[in-house]
Amino acid sequence: MAAGKTGGLKRYYDLNGWLFVAPSLLLIAIFLVYPILRSLYLSFFSGKGMMMKFAGFGNVARLWNDPVFLQALTNTVTFFVVQVPIMITLALMLAAVLNDDKLKFIGFFRTAIFLPCVASLVAYSVLFKSMFSVDGVVNSALLAVGLIATPIGWLTEPFWAKVLVILAITWRWTGYNMIFYLAALQNIDKSIYEAARIDGVPAWARFVYITVPMLKPVILFTTIISTIGTIQLFDEVYNLTEGRGGPANATLTLSLYIYNLTFRFMPSFGYAATISYVIVIMVALLSFLQFYAARDRS
Amino acid sequence: MNASRLFTAALQYVFLATAAFLSIFPFIWMVISSTNTSIDIISGRTGIGEAFATNVGNFFAQVDVPLVFWNSTKLAVLATLLTIVVSSLAGYGFEMFRSKARDRIYALVLLTLMVPFAALMIPLFMMMAKSGLINTHIAIMLPTIASAFIIFYFRQSTKAFQTELRDAAKVDGLKEWQIFLYIYVPVMRSTYAAAFVIVFMTNWNNYLWPLIVLQSNETKTITLVVSSLASAYYPDYGVVMIGTILATLPTLFVFFVMQRQFVQGMLGSVK
Repeated sequence: MAAGKTGGLKRYYDLNGWLFVAPSLLLIAIFLVYPILRSLYLSFFSGKGMMMKFAGFGNVARLWNDPVFLQALTNTVTFFVVQVPIMITLALMLAAVLNDDKLKFIGFFRTAIFLPCVASLVAYSVLFKSMFSVDGVVNSALLAVGLIATPIGWLTEPFWAKVLVILAITWRWTGYNMIFYLAALQNIDKSIYEAARIDGVPAWARFVYITVPMLKPVILFTTIISTIGTIQLFDEVYNLTEGRGGPANATLTLSLYIYNLTFRFMPSFGYAATISYVIVIMVALLSFLQFYAARDRS
Repeated sequence: MNASRLFTAALQYVFLATAAFLSIFPFIWMVISSTNTSIDIISGRTGIGEAFATNVGNFFAQVDVPLVFWNSTKLAVLATLLTIVVSSLAGYGFEMFRSKARDRIYALVLLTLMVPFAALMIPLFMMMAKSGLINTHIAIMLPTIASAFIIFYFRQSTKAFQTELRDAAKVDGLKEWQIFLYIYVPVMRSTYAAAFVIVFMTNWNNYLWPLIVLQSNETKTITLVVSSLASAYYPDYGVVMIGTILATLPTLFVFFVMQRQFVQGMLGSVK
């Protein structure tokens, strides 16, 4: 009797649980689970437009003979391998300095450094494009201080175009990462720093031996989300280069290549879907790697 | 000792001042440039010019500003409200009604955070094309409503919601949906505010998916307009600057009005 009653209550409780989560699950199934599986299915087909035929692993084979894909892959990897460590280090240093409450104008500094996060990706890319033109404000400033002798072709030379993309993403996201570190630093007892200072531990050593180890979980988390974000880089390169990923494909990313294959030229849905799975695999692999590394050390 | 302290402090200020200057400069540049002609802008003029009125005039001549703003606002506000309603229901449901099956599904939901949009956009585009939804705002909103991140955010925040409140309400005979609507929502106001700020920003700045779906001028958002003005063969940067200012003002406004909720919303993910 009692068992039957709890059973009924449990069923009622369970029904309610499902009702609350049902709308989300339904939408996720239609607009996330189905498309990701459909992409996988499409990757086995080749052909242009709606004329598609089964190709098995033909698209995968095509990847290795496609110099544009290899270039896009190299660019994408270069961007996150170079950019993420620079940005994380910078964000950590800023957070460490800003964690000192005795500092004057601390509110101003925090807000100012965080402000780039408010800019839309398109708007700031366009701004950067105007600032980094050959005769633009950045080159003028660098010439005036004597750092360079001739203007840099930020948008015309392959090497400098990559540097520009890295500078731009770093500008936009450093403050974002810094906020995570500042929040985590507030949970660290300040007396540890005080004790270290009294013992004569220099500032850099306090940073390396206290701050960084204490923040390890947050650093890991931000590294993962930053890497995943950079692997998917699109808005910035599209708007800095009129959608071409130029000069000479130097800033073409995987996402931009997929977009071009699908929506700029006669669509190659199957091949583009195959490349999108390269991104899926990269994201999954890196996430597991980073989680594994974190678990191993702690 | 004192001298080295002073030196460290000076170094800190120089570091911070440089970072702050570099962070703010593009915003200042945007405002200054809106008063200059296109040629002055790309030749790096840093003084205030006299072309502001001309730029604004040209912008209004080239862009149906009220329509574009209406498109952006309607899309961002509607999508944000729908996201918050649907995702907070799920966050509440996953936390309040624990079961083994639902915990497993929740883990799968979190896994979708790793799915890159590039792997979704082709099937999504084909799906929308088949349903005749290309060029509609509904097509933009549908895939964004159920957000794994916001579900996660609400579930984490629900852990702080006192179950005694719910038990008391139950004794008073309230149904589950009434408890959610009349007790949970008002109590969790600040969580909702933070979620609103974050989701609104994301939707207002959304680019790639609208770029694919919205192809006619009647449906375009401010972000798309700025992008297409700037990618012209000879872009008029004076006009572009007016566009970037208009695209940035709403998010700047939201940020300054709700700074605390903004930061809290961002940090929701590491609590």
